[in-house]
Amino acid sequence: MKQAMNFRDPHRVNRLIKCIQAKAAPVAERLGRPLQIMEVCGGHTHAIVNTGLNQLLPSSIELIHGPGCPVCVLPTHAIDQAVALAEYSNHILVSFGDPLRVPGSQHSLLDAKAKGAQINTIYSPLDALKLAKSYPNKTIVFFAIGFDTTIPSTACTLQMALQQGISNFRVLCHHICLIPVLMTLLKQQEIQLDGFLGPGHVSMVIGVQAYKPIVQKYHKPLVIAGFEPVDILHALYKLVQQFSTQKYAVQNAYSHVVSATGNQPAQQAINEVFISGVDAKWRGLGLVPISGLSIRPQYRSLDATLLLEKKYCTKQESDPTYCKKVLTGSLKPQHCPWFGNKCTPHHPQSGLMVSSEGACAAFYSSSTKAKQG
Amino acid sequence: MSNDQIITLAHGAGGEVMQQLIDKLFLKAFNDKPLRQKEDQARIPLAELHAKGDRLAFTTDSYVVSPLFFPGGDIGKLAVCGTLNDLAVGGAQPLYLSAGFIIEEGLSLTLLEEIVYSMAKTAKEQGVSIITGDTKVVERGMADKLFINTTGVGVIPQSIQLSAANARPGDKILVSGFIGDHGATVMLARDNLGLHSDLQSDCAALYPLINQLLLQHTHDIRCIRDVTRGGIGGVLSEIAQASNITIELDEVALPVRSQTRGICELLGLDPLFLANEGLAVFVVDHQHAETVLQLMQQHPLGQHAQIVGEVTAFSINHLHLKTRYGARRIVNVPYGLQLPRIC
Amino acid sequence: MCLGIPAKVISILDKENGTALVETGGVRREACVSLLSLQGKSINNLIGEWVLLHVGFAMAIIDQQEALDTLALIASLDGIDANND
Repeated sequence: MKQAMNFRDPHRVNRLIKCIQAKAAPVAERLGRPLQIMEVCGGHTHAIVNTGLNQLLPSSIELIHGPGCPVCVLPTHAIDQAVALAEYSNHILVSFGDPLRVPGSQHSLLDAKAKGAQINTIYSPLDALKLAKSYPNKTIVFFAIGFDTTIPSTACTLQMALQQGISNFRVLCHHICLIPVLMTLLKQQEIQLDGFLGPGHVSMVIGVQAYKPIVQKYHKPLVIAGFEPVDILHALYKLVQQFSTQKYAVQNAYSHVVSATGNQPAQQAINEVFISGVDAKWRGLGLVPISGLSIRPQYRSLDATLLLEKKYCTKQESDPTYCKKVLTGSLKPQHCPWFGNKCTPHHPQSGLMVSSEGACAAFYSSSTKAKQG
Repeated sequence: MSNDQIITLAHGAGGEVMQQLIDKLFLKAFNDKPLRQKEDQARIPLAELHAKGDRLAFTTDSYVVSPLFFPGGDIGKLAVCGTLNDLAVGGAQPLYLSAGFIIEEGLSLTLLEEIVYSMAKTAKEQGVSIITGDTKVVERGMADKLFINTTGVGVIPQSIQLSAANARPGDKILVSGFIGDHGATVMLARDNLGLHSDLQSDCAALYPLINQLLLQHTHDIRCIRDVTRGGIGGVLSEIAQASNITIELDEVALPVRSQTRGICELLGLDPLFLANEGLAVFVVDHQHAETVLQLMQQHPLGQHAQIVGEVTAFSINHLHLKTRYGARRIVNVPYGLQLPRIC
Repeated sequence: MCLGIPAKVISILDKENGTALVETGGVRREACVSLLSLQGKSINNLIGEWVLLHVGFAMAIIDQQEALDTLALIASLDGIDANND
């Protein structure tokens, strides 16, 4: 924790901002516009808005909130499936707190709970497994969401369930992988991004090397960042340095947590339990090729989708019109015609307005006024 | 009463069993004259009230906490302290309480006894009498073990004029101790998150502290509010609205225990919106803020008090937070309950 | 996304299943450490280490030396900039 405080130190923050300012100004002048850097990860959005870093950065840098919040991109049919399972008698749906308020086509999970569905909030999938052991006569369905960071924990829990013969445990898997969405973003024609702040905790699992093909193909720099202000600014500094020299590469500004090859036992667990490379639908972005996972046949007995009626497995939906633009960085949340009127945290139209990390909710709740004083 | 008895519908049915419960538990524990007279209402001599001030303070609150017992308190202590605090923050001396119980059948009588005696003890310590009450028993599933409603009556001395609408630019915001302790403690006590700490609820009656401060600074303190469900963020937003002002909090000055901060970081929660049950915010004339702070810190209920912010402007009614890096952001009250998050 | 925070390994609870007691800011919880690469070492070597905790799983051992090196690097940035700019 002491170490963490060093990464929150205001003196280091101030010094880094000065260094970034000095390096970024000539680059922005050369481009004739501010540098546009997307923080892919919602955790970064949260940290940047909460600490006010966005106000402290020079005008030569513009941060674009990215799609990296698994709740924001959770499609309507995922919520519908979870609600349907929660409504079955003798079933308990266990979920992280994040997706509970995301609107489904009829209800959110919180609505379903108010109407009598059994839904428990947990901190860890391990607690879901414990619940299954405590209630052998009920079926415990774990609503598995999240990016690469969270996938190993679900994989490991499924392994434990199978090994321990816990037959009343099921997983509704809506995990998604981050690299494919980066690819999808970069393929967009209208996108005007100069570089990326790489997600620290996804990278802890997948490793620095995983980004190399993207950077080589699209010539956009990516620097992996931790979540403390010093971590984030350090990564921004490295990005700006790359723009100065115009040599683009993957760099790691979170080396005390992220390694070149990532967490290999975690990757093995994922491979053992899941088939990767399945197309998955994201709210806002539509179908993202090879971004999803499916449960391998040997774990099929624990797959909650087998409990679902067919109609829940094929549901199509239309995306809110503007979300895609916000997700790809071509529309700022505050410029969306729905922002603050048709779509608010009280009446969200999409996950972007639900999760505190969603670009829109983050902007709504912390719309900043005065600059530093 | 014996140890393994449970509450049944008969305990609320108006017959002999109910009479026994009233006589052997409630009357014995609360032991107050008006209650023992068994009239349908408590009778309070007006002259006695009038001698203490010029306004009657009257408030009610219902308590539904789960679990019933948590580190640092229980629903009974909470039901007394909470209502007394609502009186005290208006400057009133709390005098009388009512107690209404809605009990789910099947509740252990021993637990009920423990809770009732906890109420009696807390009230006695505060010099307050529980003078009227009610008991209802509902079928299993119709309530969660036990709900308690308390109504409080107190008197406000003539000299005291506190109001949430009194804050004005320049005033300092003081908080009497650590924020979020109760909310964090109860969240862990529910035991579905697998987290453990030595954190305790701050559940306490604040009148002794408030009384002492008001005796010396009657006109320097503009407003007092106790911090409950919505946390310090919720209370300050209310004051900002009532006074039509902007309040700016200083992130660095906010007193947060390391355990509360740990819980917030693990679960992605904001301590500004975690509940307290023995904490108050004070809006104080800036010239006297330091003196009031020192006085507060000398009192056992205010040892960890801090000046956490100030009123910066008229007519925007916002709550701002100045971050440790010197940036400012608007703090918005969350839509509903804060949910633990993984992302 | 992916809330992860540093926690210190206090003790090993179950060697077989790879669970440990971890603590952060005075808050304790059982965590799974079986996804950490131990590189042949005994699980007991984890005691006292800081790990990155996500949804109850230790996902990385925090390299204290790397953290210090990063901080030292940042401390030296001012000088570099003064020379370059």
